Amino acid sequence: MLSYMVFTLTICGVYALLALSLNLIWGGVGLVNLGLAGFFAVGAYASAIATGAGAPVLIGFGAALIVGAVVGLVVTFATLRLRDDYLAIVTLGFAEVIRLIALNERWLTKGSDGISGIRAPLKAELGLQGFSLFYLALVSLIVFLVWLLLRRLDASPYGRAMKAIREDQQLAAFAGKQVLRFKWQAFALSAAIAALAGALYAHFQSYVSPDHFQPLITIYIFLAVTAGGVGRPSGAVLGAYAVVIFLEATRFATELMPGLQPVQLAALREILVGLALILVLHLRPQGLLPERIPKAPPSPSVSS
Amino acid sequence: MTILLQALINGVMAGTLIAVPAIGFTAIFAVLRYPNFAIASYATIGAFAAWWANAILGLPVIPALAIAFVIAGAVGAVAEEVALSRLRGAGALAVAIASIALNLVLENVVRFCFGNDMKGYDLPLMRDWRFGELRIGPQQLQSLGLAVAIMAAMFCFLFYTRFGKATRAVADNPDLARLKGIDPARIAIVTVFLGAGLSGVGGVLIGLDTSIDPLTGYRVLLSVFAAAVLGGLGSIPGAVVGALALGIGEELALIVVPATYRTAVGFAAILIMLTFRPRGILGERAT
Repeated sequence: MLSYMVFTLTICGVYALLALSLNLIWGGVGLVNLGLAGFFAVGAYASAIATGAGAPVLIGFGAALIVGAVVGLVVTFATLRLRDDYLAIVTLGFAEVIRLIALNERWLTKGSDGISGIRAPLKAELGLQGFSLFYLALVSLIVFLVWLLLRRLDASPYGRAMKAIREDQQLAAFAGKQVLRFKWQAFALSAAIAALAGALYAHFQSYVSPDHFQPLITIYIFLAVTAGGVGRPSGAVLGAYAVVIFLEATRFATELMPGLQPVQLAALREILVGLALILVLHLRPQGLLPERIPKAPPSPSVSS
Repeated sequence: MTILLQALINGVMAGTLIAVPAIGFTAIFAVLRYPNFAIASYATIGAFAAWWANAILGLPVIPALAIAFVIAGAVGAVAEEVALSRLRGAGALAVAIASIALNLVLENVVRFCFGNDMKGYDLPLMRDWRFGELRIGPQQLQSLGLAVAIMAAMFCFLFYTRFGKATRAVADNPDLARLKGIDPARIAIVTVFLGAGLSGVGGVLIGLDTSIDPLTGYRVLLSVFAAAVLGGLGSIPGAVVGALALGIGEELALIVVPATYRTAVGFAAILIMLTFRPRGILGERAT
């Protein structure tokens, strides 16, 4: 039971990072990334391949961050100038292409067999139980640090400029903000965070395969961010924990249903996830922790 | 030379089939201004409705197609009213995200009812016709003919009926259309019915060739997007041109790229098109 809790909380942390990544781009500059699962996969494979070639785990994490950001820029380079629908379509396609590459480029990714035996840091020294606790602490610490960073960003002039772009990019451009530069910087950072989540996941599971990166994960994260509150890092983290617990609860709940095939139970769980997202969008689009919009400071002409 | 010609023939056939759901997608986009991801599930629902009519009830292909059209269209119209229409005020992105969730729900309803197994239509087996070195399947040719007939009917509807003209007016300028006494809500629901119905028919036509399962629609979603973006989002003739270009492009690319990367060709086509001509072959402005 303890190891189940530790496992679930670690997955919560990984999802929280993904939710923070989506929240940065969606709550920040108002773009959506439907290829979150693809960036998650890119990070997982980047770190697995780097450490498999002999690099230390920290270098693997670094590789994931860099590869994630670079891939993010390459994919969205052409679309950031266009209407938001195009970015949605391109990122969705990106996730599918990453899955195809992971399945077919056996020399790099071992295809559908997946990469096993990914180094788990300090596992030999700490033992199985110690490693699980250590890794939970590590993931939670990284979630905390990223959360702190993004909260800081939100409160900074940079964050305010991002939100101005989200609300009205023509007005923001008119006020002298370089809309395109903000968009690509935010997207690169967001992709890097999603890739870091992938690297953490890979070294936790010691095994990655294309099956781990189904488009369904992206929908879970959308549910997390919408339920938590778009535009607020605390909301994204809370939403991610809530979604993992909701998923686990539906697992137990559906097991109690008598007389259903396993495939029907799985279908039922996914129906619940989809319904939950539609209901949140209708009933509480601002989420559990609505975004706080600070009051505008008094204008200097009044105070002087 | 034969390889090229065969690729061209296959490309035109595949492209014509993709054009049917692509018209549905782009028509919904033109009128409601959001990308509807749920068309994947409408295609799957159409494919299963036709399978049920054909393999269980024993109906031939054409009545089965009609059933697929009506059921997928009805599901689409009801789902739009219940799950999506009230989100329109919150912006295109909110509706698009809700349509993804809706897609997940509907796809899993199909999975719940029919399971994950592949199902095939009950069709007479026919040998490929050969013209010298070239091969053409009679079944594919029939699907091609059906797709062309359906598209022709759609064009006649849009260009010659009063309702079709009203639809194009709303797509062009909703405020001006309202001023002329056209009710945008009525146009919207009929467009979604037609768009979802066309997606359903597309799901059948694509499934006739191979087999169907709950992911049938999702697998063609990217090709449908690619066709619509290549032709220009929101342009119906564009969707047809885009689908043909995509079909031929895919087949030509597969001469050099492994067949498993078929979907990736569509993705590459989207990226290249958006880099050099974002509004597509026949589209409007994209920024």
